[in-house]
Amino acid sequence: MKKVYAHPKSLKRAVFHYCPGCGHSIAHRLICEVIDEMGLQDKTVGIPPPGCSVFAYHYFDVDMAECAHGRGAAVATGIKRACPDIVVFTYQGDGDLAAIGTAETIHAANRGENTTTVFINNAVYGMTGGQMAPTTLRGMKTTTTPYGRDHVIEGHPIKMSEMLAPLEGVAYIERVAVNSPANIRKAKKAITKAFQMQLDKRGFSMVEILSPCPTNWKMTPIQAWKWVDDEMSKIFPLGVYKDVTEQKSAD
Amino acid sequence: MPKVLMDGNSAIGEAAIRAGCQCYFGYPITPQNELIEYMATHLSRRKGCVFVQAESELAAINMVYGASVVGARAMTSSSSPGISLKQEGISYLAACELPAVIVNMSRGGPGLGSIAAAQSDYFQATRGGGHGDYRTIVLAPSSVQELADLTIRAFDLADKYKIPVIILGDGVLGQMMEPVEFKQEAPAVLPVREGSLRGAKGRPSKIIKTFTSNPAELEEINWSLFRRYGLIKKQETTFETFMIDDAKLVVVAFGIAARIAKGAIRNVRAEGLKVGLLRPITLWPFPDEAVKEVVKNVNHFLVFEMNMGQMLEDVQLSLEGKGEVSFYGRPGGVIPTPSEVSRVISRLYYQKGLK
Ligand SMILES: Cc1ncc(C[n+]2csc(CCOP(=O)(O)OP(=O)(O)O)c2C)c(N)n1
Ligand code: SF4
Repeated sequence: MKKVYAHPKSLKRAVFHYCPGCGHSIAHRLICEVIDEMGLQDKTVGIPPPGCSVFAYHYFDVDMAECAHGRGAAVATGIKRACPDIVVFTYQGDGDLAAIGTAETIHAANRGENTTTVFINNAVYGMTGGQMAPTTLRGMKTTTTPYGRDHVIEGHPIKMSEMLAPLEGVAYIERVAVNSPANIRKAKKAITKAFQMQLDKRGFSMVEILSPCPTNWKMTPIQAWKWVDDEMSKIFPLGVYKDVTEQKSAD
Repeated sequence: MPKVLMDGNSAIGEAAIRAGCQCYFGYPITPQNELIEYMATHLSRRKGCVFVQAESELAAINMVYGASVVGARAMTSSSSPGISLKQEGISYLAACELPAVIVNMSRGGPGLGSIAAAQSDYFQATRGGGHGDYRTIVLAPSSVQELADLTIRAFDLADKYKIPVIILGDGVLGQMMEPVEFKQEAPAVLPVREGSLRGAKGRPSKIIKTFTSNPAELEEINWSLFRRYGLIKKQETTFETFMIDDAKLVVVAFGIAARIAKGAIRNVRAEGLKVGLLRPITLWPFPDEAVKEVVKNVNHFLVFEMNMGQMLEDVQLSLEGKGEVSFYGRPGGVIPTPSEVSRVISRLYYQKGLK
């Protein structure tokens, strides 16, 4: 019989603390599958952030170093520069990457750090209870935009992939979603490619994942998955924003 | 090795290289720019070494954190406003028991303040500085030679006790030039701390973390930190005494202020006043036992600082009500002269009827 699924080696056998229908668990599994397939388990250091994924080290069976809110890209820089043989990935939410850690992210990308970022865009601050994120959609109700995000007061949803892609240090950026089997397969391909860019020393790579947060969106998992297609991906279109594969390597 | 003439900031850079510092991350701010520039010129050219001009002090300290995670000797430097920004990272380093060396060539504050030398970051340096219950070792050099020597000691202490170590200098120390001798060569092979995270090869994966949902676990972490701090206090407290044997009045001062105080003490000694100096070299741990020893024979203390009286509190705490403590301070980056301090000393000496 053909084996269609096995528990990834680099995913610990722990029960996820994530809510039902949450995108984090899927993203974790995909990263672990990629780490296994690329044979990276014993040379990877992961950097989880404060956020719903703060306990990611309970799941990833690779070396993991927690860092301060938003500082993942700087910590990754320190690790990778000191020890270039290590494969480094940061795992960051939208509050983490696109609000408090914007400066670190932009400059790591611009320096072309050979690191990989998995950016979980769920349009809210999950861990702290569903406040507005920089990626919250216009009109969307959160606990700090109880009347809906008003762009005149709160600004517009920030598009990190579009912002970062033009930077010359960036090798690869793709926005994917984990709300359907087809999208999940694409997401895995993107993560593989991002790690490959790092192995090939091409520069900064990032996969932005549109990730359902049914709890704070006040939806069922099915509604949340649908909402990613119907609303979220209209503002955050899926696709490849940067890919230097075909370009000549800088060195 | 022959002596070379060097400014204090550059001397730290050279000493750090000789201590096996692999990574330097910094952000420009006066009066420590000679250090970041020294590292850009000299560290960046060394095999396997890393220099990054970060986008902010926040980023720089977190790069240090990353380098420390993988076991490299790493350092950052700044001056007061930048050190405030580093406090988040220092708290995380302390929590994760990660070694690092942080140089503060402090300047006048609060706010953007001035670029002149000041000692107003004493509280911040010796009380942890960031959030949470922790301490960092704080070394206070008072000459360019001592800057170099204490830089090497800072790296050794950081590794030995898995703790961030702060070198608290000031704008004068950083920028003045003095002859300095480097007593060791840079190591042929860069040191890598044992037990660091470099990928789970041939061993189970490891975690570095601070967050826990269990307060009892966090309490245990705090207890264990403070047990180590107790050990540091016992083993690493250092201070210098100067002309103290027959003294009736003892000046307590650190860093550049101690240097000024020495000049003042020489002046008043020439007039026959019996005055000595106690200079804490480790500000944390503070040499409270040394103060307790001095008060057995001396009743009068003058704490002299370039701030409004910060170390003063540690002296008072150490004295436990014994002796009489006076204070003289100039805040804001004003540098008192030895003759100014001599006048303060002799006035006090006569007022207290010591002559
Ligand atoms: C300096 C600092 N400020 C605030 C917080 C509180 N905090 C923890 S996680 C978080 C945001 C989480 O949102 P996001 O990054 O989008 O991740 P998610 O939880 O949605 O996965 C905040 C504000 C913190 N830990 N540190
Ligand atoms: S709050 Fe949202 S992001 Fe956090 S675990 Fe639950 S569903 Fe996931």
